[in-house]
Amino acid sequence: MSATTEQMTQLRFLTCGSVDDGKSTLIGRLLYDAKAIFDDQQDALQSDSKKFGTVDNGIDFALLVDGLQAEREQGITIDVAYRYFATPNRSFIVADTPGHEQYTRNMATGASTADLAVILVDARQGVMIQTKRHTYIAHLLGIKSITLAINKMDLVDYNEDVFLSIVSAYKEFSDQIGVSNITAIPVSALHGENISSLGEQMPWYKDLCILEHLETVEIVELSSGCGARLPVQRVSRPNADFRGFSGTVAGAPLNVGDPVTVEPDGAQSTVAEISTYDGAIETALIGQSITVVLNDNIDVSRGNVICHSESEMEPTDQVQVHLIWMSDIEMIPGRQYEIKLATSSALAWVSELKYKVNVNTLEQTATKTLELNDVGVCNLSFDRRLACEPYTMCKETGGFILIDRYTNETVGAGMIDYALRRARNLTRQKLTLDKVERAKAMGQAPALLWFTGLSGSGKSTVANVVEAKLHHMGRRTYMLDGDNVRHGLNRDLGFTDADRVENIRRISEVAKLFVDAGIIVLVSAISPFRGDRDMARALMDDGEFFEVHIDASLETCEQRDPKGLYSRARAGEIANFTGIDSPYEAPLEPELRIDTDIMDPETAADKIIALLPR
Amino acid sequence: MTGLSNLQRLESQSIHILREVVAEFERPVLMYSIGKDSAVLLHLAMKAFHPGLVPFPLLHVDTTWKFKEMIEFRDQLTAKQGLDLIVHTNADGLAKGINPIDSGSSLHTDVMKTDALKQALDAHKFDCAIGGARRDEEKSRAKERVMSFRNESHNWEPKRQRPELWNLFNCRIQPGESVRAFPLSDWTELDIWNYIKSENIPIVPLYFAKERPVVARDGQLFMVDDDRFPLRDGETPMMKMVRFRTLGCYPLTAAIRSTATTIDDIISETQVTRTSERHGRVIDHDQSGSMEKRKRAGYF
Repeated sequence: MSATTEQMTQLRFLTCGSVDDGKSTLIGRLLYDAKAIFDDQQDALQSDSKKFGTVDNGIDFALLVDGLQAEREQGITIDVAYRYFATPNRSFIVADTPGHEQYTRNMATGASTADLAVILVDARQGVMIQTKRHTYIAHLLGIKSITLAINKMDLVDYNEDVFLSIVSAYKEFSDQIGVSNITAIPVSALHGENISSLGEQMPWYKDLCILEHLETVEIVELSSGCGARLPVQRVSRPNADFRGFSGTVAGAPLNVGDPVTVEPDGAQSTVAEISTYDGAIETALIGQSITVVLNDNIDVSRGNVICHSESEMEPTDQVQVHLIWMSDIEMIPGRQYEIKLATSSALAWVSELKYKVNVNTLEQTATKTLELNDVGVCNLSFDRRLACEPYTMCKETGGFILIDRYTNETVGAGMIDYALRRARNLTRQKLTLDKVERAKAMGQAPALLWFTGLSGSGKSTVANVVEAKLHHMGRRTYMLDGDNVRHGLNRDLGFTDADRVENIRRISEVAKLFVDAGIIVLVSAISPFRGDRDMARALMDDGEFFEVHIDASLETCEQRDPKGLYSRARAGEIANFTGIDSPYEAPLEPELRIDTDIMDPETAADKIIALLPR
Repeated sequence: MTGLSNLQRLESQSIHILREVVAEFERPVLMYSIGKDSAVLLHLAMKAFHPGLVPFPLLHVDTTWKFKEMIEFRDQLTAKQGLDLIVHTNADGLAKGINPIDSGSSLHTDVMKTDALKQALDAHKFDCAIGGARRDEEKSRAKERVMSFRNESHNWEPKRQRPELWNLFNCRIQPGESVRAFPLSDWTELDIWNYIKSENIPIVPLYFAKERPVVARDGQLFMVDDDRFPLRDGETPMMKMVRFRTLGCYPLTAAIRSTATTIDDIISETQVTRTSERHGRVIDHDQSGSMEKRKRAGYF
């Protein structure tokens, strides 16, 4: 036993199929035949089969696999579930993912950690849209090995021609996307044909059954051609004599003596020691969790990647990616998310959304946003340089998730295609005069006063009074009015959520340039989204940004209706009007809130000016 | 091909998760239940932070009905390894006289385990509780995330789980919310035993067969661990060679007849055994889907 325990390997695979392809039955059958089902579970299965089962007077293996109550009642699998079984040589971890259209995100989740994908096809239906989608997503997530299980052969009289024609139709599609490592096996999960042993019904099939294939298939690593990488999880400093960097090895094995570069900063050293609880080792294998000691006393922290110097990474702040969107709230270019890539975190936003891929037809279509289960190709920018590289080079340093900064939900997952800017070779143009000197020459502290509020709340009125007063005080100012900017710089933008975000992004960038020049800038724009105002705030230095919420009730604004817009919106002549059919997210902690229902513009202006540093 | 064996791959994955927990959370705690899974979890924690010490405390929720040998083992081990142990008992429940015999398994578990756990997590403001649950134990656990998000009331919402890709864990929470982390998610019962053997991890002697005083009830054997166990008319404890596959409150944990006195014996027994390991747990059988209901409410 112990000899085999130490040699026993592990295969992680995912199963995917359309709703009635018999996927749960196949897994149930594998578990049953591998004796991973105990007597008491089998008793429960038999009583459940009577209660919920769909198989006439027999065991419904699918019930074994469909875990949660709700889906057991609905008869569908709604999430990723993991199953375990083992043979003497190999331990198997099965990610069971649903075939439902709206659950692409679950399949990507299961595929992200799988070595192999088993794709089920109903022999009566042949290659369907879902089959193509599953293949595309498996390929996108870097799965190199695909097993095509053509199921329900019993319902096509175990006919070899049916099998062959499905295989050839499938290969036509898989060639198109570049999937080459395919093994096709005809099976009947219900009757156990070719699952854990070759059945008698298909004498024409003489190759391996599903289980034998899974037991013997060679595990192909996606990572190829890159050297060792150690994304640093934490610095281990238990006493003054020891300073080690803990992490899990990726890409290639790491050896004592290897020259290494610490990305993204580029400091160089060599590996002095590889420490583990079981003693120091000479070589750490891919996937091994270790602690490394370097020969030089250089600065290393969580988020850095220690990589082999002969295969350096290309740290960058802009990449092209394939992005899978996983949230009900659409992805809008320019909106900021938190990215988690290996062990580093940063702010990230889509700077250009090129197109989305129809996962069924592989067609590329132009789009302004990504919705739940969309796959898009886009340029992604970070707020600083990150140690990363193409996903096909190394999964661990090329895959990332995006997190919504307000709800903390995981909203997207992506794979890096390539770096767009090799930031190491491209430093920003060094300007001889800096912001501090320009501000000094102006004799004032530059600032950005951001007026946000509903249309008709009085933003422009108050902002104009503020600017006039500042001018009298001898301050240099500039007003960026949302309406006016839309006549020029932002003439190409409309009022969809995506265009609103871009509108604010451009205004923010222009405001930043003026602030850099030493000016006090006043922006007056509805700017309905909290995230976008925060983006503007993030562009500024501390103490430069002042969010002023010009607050008036919707009723008041509608009554004032200085431009007649509310009555037109109510009449249905204007779509996406803030406050009517487009949301306004009020600031949570503005620097100042002015209620124009009860405060006159003069008093308001004085209060606002009092915010500014003297 | 990674070149790592199954156990090495599982070990490294668990260590990776434990290190992420410590890097991302402010106040993690390890849920120490004294059983074999906790023993493995603790061993992995010692490995993960070597040569440093385990950087979080251990929390044991004591219902006061655990086997005596479990408590002895707990106190010896934590003293020897210099571990920071917090023991919490639901004082309200104790005052109300909640116990597994009169109150029934369901109420006892709700009050003395689930409520007690929430009390301890709230009192110490732990933002991440590390547990030894495995996905192969029970159906509803199969869909559990490695980092499982809990709202302010410690509730689990199976339909609103965060997708979990690669080894990238979303550890962001608001104040008051928390995460349950499960580094042993991908381990099976057999993996646990093989690992205990290859790493020589100390475990509670109750796992090994020995002659113990038991009574038979409803087709299951229960050990009479102290005189709080009320004997029915005509019932006398008999000495039988038994052992336990899981450990919990002694009146709720059935023994199995066994002659397995070494780890190798246990491994061979596990390989041919025909009942699942939670079979001996009374709470799982109260009704179909009971584990899922409990998990939603905040049970581990």
